[in-house]
Amino acid sequence: MPALQETVDRVRRIDVDQYRYGFETLIESDKAPKGLSEDTVRFISAKKNEPAWMLEWRLEAYRRWLTMAEPKWARVHYPKIDYQDLYYYAAPKPKKSVTSLDEIDPEILKTYEKLGIPLREIEVLEGVVRPEGERKIAVDAVFDSVSVATTFKEELKKAGVIFMPISEAIREHPELVKKYLGTVVPTSDNFFATLNSAVFSDGSFVYVPPGVRCPMELSTYFRINERNTGQFERTLIIADKGSYVSYLEGCTAPQRDENQLHAAVVELVALDDAEIKYSTVQNWYPGNSEGLGGIYNFVTKRGDCRGNHSKISWTQVETGSAITWKYPSCILRGDNSRGEFYSIAISNGHQQVDSGTKMLHLGKNTTSRIISKGIAAGVSQNTYRGLVTAHRKATGARNFTACDSLLIGDKCGAHTVPYIEAKNSSALFEHEATTSKISEDVLFYCVQRGLSQEEAVGLVVNGFVKDVLQQLPMEFAVEAQKLISISLEGSVG
Amino acid sequence: MPLLEVKNLQVRVDEREILHGLSLTVNKGEVHAIMGPNGSGKSTLSHVIAGKPGYEVTGGEILFEGEDLLEMSPDARAAKGVFLAFQYPVEIPGVATMTFLRTALNAQRKARGQSEFSTPDFLKKVREVAARLNIPQDMLRRGVNVGFSGGEKKRNEILQMALFEPSLCILDEMDSGLDIDALRIAADGVNALRSPDRAIVVITHYQRLLNYIVPDFVHVMSRGRVVKSGDKQLALDLEASGYAQFEDAA
Repeated sequence: MPALQETVDRVRRIDVDQYRYGFETLIESDKAPKGLSEDTVRFISAKKNEPAWMLEWRLEAYRRWLTMAEPKWARVHYPKIDYQDLYYYAAPKPKKSVTSLDEIDPEILKTYEKLGIPLREIEVLEGVVRPEGERKIAVDAVFDSVSVATTFKEELKKAGVIFMPISEAIREHPELVKKYLGTVVPTSDNFFATLNSAVFSDGSFVYVPPGVRCPMELSTYFRINERNTGQFERTLIIADKGSYVSYLEGCTAPQRDENQLHAAVVELVALDDAEIKYSTVQNWYPGNSEGLGGIYNFVTKRGDCRGNHSKISWTQVETGSAITWKYPSCILRGDNSRGEFYSIAISNGHQQVDSGTKMLHLGKNTTSRIISKGIAAGVSQNTYRGLVTAHRKATGARNFTACDSLLIGDKCGAHTVPYIEAKNSSALFEHEATTSKISEDVLFYCVQRGLSQEEAVGLVVNGFVKDVLQQLPMEFAVEAQKLISISLEGSVG
Repeated sequence: MPLLEVKNLQVRVDEREILHGLSLTVNKGEVHAIMGPNGSGKSTLSHVIAGKPGYEVTGGEILFEGEDLLEMSPDARAAKGVFLAFQYPVEIPGVATMTFLRTALNAQRKARGQSEFSTPDFLKKVREVAARLNIPQDMLRRGVNVGFSGGEKKRNEILQMALFEPSLCILDEMDSGLDIDALRIAADGVNALRSPDRAIVVITHYQRLLNYIVPDFVHVMSRGRVVKSGDKQLALDLEASGYAQFEDAA
């Protein structure tokens, strides 16, 4: 397997504390004044040329937020966040309004190039032959608060698929946005989601019309660049009856000594017979080996299987962030709907992860599957927190959960906190959990066959997470495999 | 120059001395058998040669082709040609045997400054060796040793031995847990690897294995030392008289 070899080579080359995406792009940016008030919300809404209803929606969320308290139940610890000491909006300063890729600041394009993200459609337009088997991926790139480029718009349009920055969708497709925004994650949902509702600046919007199988993978890359800036993106994906879409999300940020807040909201809606596959490779800056800096990743992701026979599948590979607080969930409302959650969460150094999922069975004969693989190294803490419930009327609900934790070294912790509630006697919920340590014997076996200690750890871990990696689209699986080994760099003595 | 020279080796585990000045010389082309009762230090010797952590060498030295083996990391020793077939091979779930073999082989080749095998060359080589050892292709796709029978695990060890072509093969209790047919297949695999460029050290309790892998030299270990050395006849004598006679000698 060449990918594995590449992983191994890469691990050998890099130094501890080297975060591959830790560079900063020097561009002029347009920021809202520091701090949060109604004026900040108005400023953002005005920047986006939003209609009045959108501003009202935001203000209502903001007022609600003022009455709420930060959640404290997660197994994570961090100093109090001063919400008045943050910038809530930062946009790369455009020279004029951007209509094509050529008008984007070349510095930003260079950043995405460094990240290996194919923004340029030019090669396609000019008929550059791509290697066989490489699929096309449409990309929406979000830089700080603004979506800077969306590729393959035309090709998608032909199929009837709408894929654009949400700020544009609010103006161009208000009927769709109004109908679905906040219906999965209400503005009152939780502290961070409510904050996001008030100040979200951009994100992606996807609508797949009835019966359409989206002709390519859709992808968004999020990049936090500005100092002291929160990123609050909002993603809304709607798969209409009988449609299918696969969506990928990647995240990186520069290396900084201070912590940065990322509070995103993702809402998915699957109507009758529709399927949404949502994959994330999250690699926000995790902080340095002393635990200084890194992103606070406080994210609300939820999918609503609103239609009968609909399906939503979350796959996530989480290697970054100083703190992760994230529970991509499925509301299984439609009869015979299905929810899936496949997760790899890796923590090293001083990282803290509290992540998992919720599967809420409301409809009849709904099924769900949870496969979670947590890997803890260094002095990190890694918690799986999950909720599986069956409503009174959820006859025939079924869930299978498998949570496996792997510990590397003896200073880290893995915790599993499953909540299971069945209010219908026909529900069948299964839960399996294991915790293991990479054994000295396994490592010695590998090194006796010529692998270095780190190659051995990389190999064992990649084997441990294989079931989940297989769920990722191929391009992402290779990327994820590399990330896993990189993030475990220096985890063995 | 001998391939392996163990000189007056003293080893401790958790403050307890297990080997008290053990010496052994092995030349290329030779097959040695090391016999002895439980707790005589046979496995310790094999672990220390391979570089397993947890053993403290308090005296003596080990030279491999004249170089100080104890100075090398375990993976460097493997790349130099030291191979240990484990008594209890570990399971590595999710890592296909084929992937493992290729990763390990290429790691060794790289350490030796050789080019990596191309995929077709590698596959050809593995299939050839696997066929000789009666290892079905299906086994190569499964996780390393996951769900393998005792015999399959041992055959997988010999498969690796054949693939990596080490100059020193140490077989730790290869016969444990094998029925007579499985033992014969494994032994045939080992015999096929006998070569003037290679030495094989067989560690065993029982003479039985030595009917299949016939040694040039037999050493009896007791209480952390080699107490007697001879030819294959010594193993047969032991079978008749037992180890008790050496307990006092040690």
